[in-house]
Amino acid sequence: MKSRIKAKGEISFSNVSLLITIILFLSLFIGGSLRYDRFFSLSTFFNLFNDNAYLIIAAVGTTFVLLTGGIDISIASTIAFTCVLSASLLRGGVPAVVVIPIVLSIGLGLGLGMGSIIHYFKLQPFIVTLAGQFLMRGLCAVISTESIPISNEFYKAAALNKILIGRAKIYYYVFITFIVIGGAYYILKYTKFGRSVYALGGNEQSAVLMGLPVARTKIAVYGINSFCAALAGVIFSFYTLAGYSLQNIGLELDAISSAVIGGTLLTGGVGTVIGTTIGVLIQGIIQTIVTYENLNTWWTKVTIAALLCIFIIIQRIISIKAEKKKGK
Amino acid sequence: MNKSKITKNQAFLPFAIFVAILIFNTIISGGTFLEMKIVDGHLYGRIIDIIRNGSKLMLLATGMTMVIATGGTDISVGSVMAISGAVACSIVSGAILPGLGGNVVAAIILALLAGVLCGIWNGILVAQIKIQPIVATLILMVAGRGIAQLITKGKIVTVSSDTYYFINGGYILGIPFPVYVVLFIVIITLLFTKRTAFGLFLEATGCNSAASKFAGINVGLIKLLVYAVSGTLAAGAGLIESAGIKGADCNNAGLMIEMDAILAVAIGGTSLNGGKFSIPASIFGALIIQSITTMVYALGVAPEITQVVKAILVVIICLSQSKEFKDTVIKIFRREKVVAGA
Amino acid sequence: MSTQNYLLEAHHISKSYTSAVIALKDVRFQLQGGEIHALLGENGAGKSTLIKVLTGVEERDTGLITLEGKEIYPKTPQEGQKIGISSVYQEVNLCPNLSVAENIYIGREPRKKGRIDWKTIYVNARILLEKFDLDIDVTKDLDQYSVAIQQMIAIARACDIRAKVLILDEPTSSLSTNEVNKLFEIMRRLKKDGMGIIFVTHFIDQVYEITDRITVLRNGEYVGTYETANLPKVELVGKMIGKDYAQLNRTMVSYEEEYNSGDTFLELKEVSGLGTIKNLDLSIRQGEVLGLSGLLGSGRSEIARIIFGIDSLEKGTIEIKGKKIFLKNTLAAIKNGIAFCPENRKTEGIVGDLSIRDNIILALQAKQGLFKSISKREASRIADEYIEKLEIKTPSKDQKIKNLSGGNQQKVILARWLATDPNLLMLDEPTRGIDIGTKAEILKIVIDLAKQGMGVIFISSEIDEMLRCCGRMVILRDMRKVMELKGREISQAAIMHHIAGGDKDE
Repeated sequence: MKSRIKAKGEISFSNVSLLITIILFLSLFIGGSLRYDRFFSLSTFFNLFNDNAYLIIAAVGTTFVLLTGGIDISIASTIAFTCVLSASLLRGGVPAVVVIPIVLSIGLGLGLGMGSIIHYFKLQPFIVTLAGQFLMRGLCAVISTESIPISNEFYKAAALNKILIGRAKIYYYVFITFIVIGGAYYILKYTKFGRSVYALGGNEQSAVLMGLPVARTKIAVYGINSFCAALAGVIFSFYTLAGYSLQNIGLELDAISSAVIGGTLLTGGVGTVIGTTIGVLIQGIIQTIVTYENLNTWWTKVTIAALLCIFIIIQRIISIKAEKKKGK
Repeated sequence: MNKSKITKNQAFLPFAIFVAILIFNTIISGGTFLEMKIVDGHLYGRIIDIIRNGSKLMLLATGMTMVIATGGTDISVGSVMAISGAVACSIVSGAILPGLGGNVVAAIILALLAGVLCGIWNGILVAQIKIQPIVATLILMVAGRGIAQLITKGKIVTVSSDTYYFINGGYILGIPFPVYVVLFIVIITLLFTKRTAFGLFLEATGCNSAASKFAGINVGLIKLLVYAVSGTLAAGAGLIESAGIKGADCNNAGLMIEMDAILAVAIGGTSLNGGKFSIPASIFGALIIQSITTMVYALGVAPEITQVVKAILVVIICLSQSKEFKDTVIKIFRREKVVAGA
Repeated sequence: MSTQNYLLEAHHISKSYTSAVIALKDVRFQLQGGEIHALLGENGAGKSTLIKVLTGVEERDTGLITLEGKEIYPKTPQEGQKIGISSVYQEVNLCPNLSVAENIYIGREPRKKGRIDWKTIYVNARILLEKFDLDIDVTKDLDQYSVAIQQMIAIARACDIRAKVLILDEPTSSLSTNEVNKLFEIMRRLKKDGMGIIFVTHFIDQVYEITDRITVLRNGEYVGTYETANLPKVELVGKMIGKDYAQLNRTMVSYEEEYNSGDTFLELKEVSGLGTIKNLDLSIRQGEVLGLSGLLGSGRSEIARIIFGIDSLEKGTIEIKGKKIFLKNTLAAIKNGIAFCPENRKTEGIVGDLSIRDNIILALQAKQGLFKSISKREASRIADEYIEKLEIKTPSKDQKIKNLSGGNQQKVILARWLATDPNLLMLDEPTRGIDIGTKAEILKIVIDLAKQGMGVIFISSEIDEMLRCCGRMVILRDMRKVMELKGREISQAAIMHHIAGGDKDE
């Protein structure tokens, strides 16, 4: 009388999406290589990391928030604030070893604060982080509306030291990005916290009832995101050796589109940091191609927006199909 | 009819705050704030400035109120302003469509049409493809400035047409032209929301779109309409802006103004979750933001502080709308107020 | 106060959400180790609140809960689980985006060298599900599987947590007979291991099949605890619905065949929906109450959704008064004289923040169109009329509908549809979560409307109700019509027989 219940699953959304992203990146790279002479090189590839190291870190942080189904639009301001504060402190003679921990902990504190307000007072993440955006941008301007140059030796060293592999170069600070990617990958895959992040994005109520630490997780992702933004700010100040209050306006959108192109569902619960990283690289390569084509840079924006749009529509179509199937 | 009815109106509180700010400004300025002069039959004064400079924000807030009432948001309005400015200025200066010979009326119509198109695009993404409004309008927010740049070919287009300048700087019967535009739009939208069932449908959609659909309301169409209106009004704001700076600056036109528009609606007391809304309340919200900006200048504080002030304002308003926050406050004080039956 | 042979004890538990809504009043509950204890009561009796208090989802206002003689005070489900109380809810409370295995082990993942040991998780999950005779790929995402399988996985998770107390809140509503048997098998095994199981269900037969004792709640109050074997079914039902039972019978006239005389209003011919009903013929006359009966997912709600233009037709035709029509959306259905009170009152019925008046005129306004606005005075008149007619209990028509009780909310929705003056009224679970008194009133309204010539389609999972008001019944199973019963053919036994699978099984 024992009848076994058998059922077969299907290929999940996340795998398909990651595959599309990788194919897109490769075809852009191959396409570029066929079209331009010096495009195909290790140097082009490394430069994607050199130029986008900070954006990758910011996008990885954003991925955490998006995975829980939230959104954070304050990171661009946080990056700018970090740069301006660092530059101003360094100018005041504070050593780099002190400055970096200070700015990083301010970032962390801001994120935890916003996360707490979002969680405990049930406010929309969009609106709370909007306030965060205004606040940080405003504080930037309070410190200085002028661009402050950085002449600290440590920062200069960080900006210029690199490894050469043949003719390709890779800057030291890129390794921080690699560490962040690796760390985030490990956290999301192999820790209880990481899995709670996914569970929260899948179904918050279920996560509560399954006994997961929802409050802690939700607050922590905003903490992580702002911390990443601050870290991205530190690297950006290596990159530019200056702090300016109007830096990176709109960067949160770049970070969000990277995550989405990399397969993160904006409704939460699905996405990987590897995908996000490739998402940033795709943006980088579009930028490179636009430069090669001698087009103006706003083409990058339009192309990325178009890509974002296509990916979101694909996401919707897949989820509508899933809903239809469930109706059966 | 009686006092409680007036104070219960959603627009009362923002109105009172606005008046309070005006009074405060009058006091710190030693009265010069209220001064109005008539030069060449034109009215000048700080209050007139507030209304004139706030006209863009008031237009945006009107559209935004309706979008938010349906439970959405439109963060592309700044970019739409840039597009509309780019279209109008390029036509007037003859950079595109030289066949029109720089006709200002044609330029205005086409710029508004561009706004309608942008709005419909947003509306389709939200209503038909059912993408979350923030994300759907984010796409145009990112792409919009790029599109504007494509129209102007990356240059700052300047126009020299007194007819075009009139949109921002003109006077009719001594009162600035933008004031008429705002009045006209507000009256039209008020009529449309109050005299037809549109207002009811908006609120129903915002409160519970599934139930509204079941009750026979074409929720998709309502949403589409609202985004189209928001796009059109944003295009109008873009015209005023570009007429003010006498040209199209795609990078800076309407930069961050979407945040101000949302803030204006929030100050007006319309819940950002959708539902009950009041356009007059949002108009006062916009005036409050504008007068705070003016006030900060008057106080001689760095104008950058306004953003910090706005940030704090957003948090306070949202907290005051949060049930959980109220519960916490009540828990802290424990003393429940005796509420008199109204 | 507590005796040590009880595993879990709750005394004097009270809980209120607002000063007006008291969910539990001085309730007591005692669970022994190694017993299966049914917790019964009508909707709104306080079962779910009691469970929420026991598991830590809600905090109790007053009272004492002890587990193995020690006082406990779980404030979150997490704490509840830690001390050994584990639960499964009616709606699957798992994460659709995670793998099956992870859903079972999340929050208590086995680890190796500090990191989550995925291999062990997959192996253990497979072994665990083996016990449930579930042969599925545990590495696939949960949402790849049907709701029934998901529910089994939820149960597997709850059983695997080393719990002392297992709470099953309506776990069987989406399961097939076969799956229910499997679940019962497992419950008996767990009982033998000394676990205490609280079983909430509305299937009375299941109560008698599996439980040892029964505790009944009514209106948030404790009624009593009984040995299952010594409590006849009729008495149990009496205790659940209280002394109103006899009275209830009197207010509801049994529905006679004589009302079946109207003309055919609507007819479905070989209608199939996209992924829903298959090849269905159905007709409804003016002045009759047609019952659609079947289990959840049998197609009963799906029929109504198709008639109302919500779901689209795959093939077949719909005719109204003999004329073929196409219903492209709900508005088209409304204009054709159809009205529909959906099953989920809160999400698909009420517009919570709007006033009663606005809620009542909403569908009428939609029918009239955007520009033919109903004036405030006219709206008030309509609202007043229905508040009086349907005896809606509210201080004012300007009250927000979300502040009304469930029964009064349902009446407002009913008023909304009556205002559109429909020929056909479809009611999907109109009495769910409504107190007995209002329930009877709503049934009476339905019968009156039919007498006045309206066609009514009545969908309910409570067969009792259907027996009282339906003149004709269509029984559905697996998205198909399996039987049609008329007049005297209608009986509880006949309906149950056909719902359960007709002659195939026995």
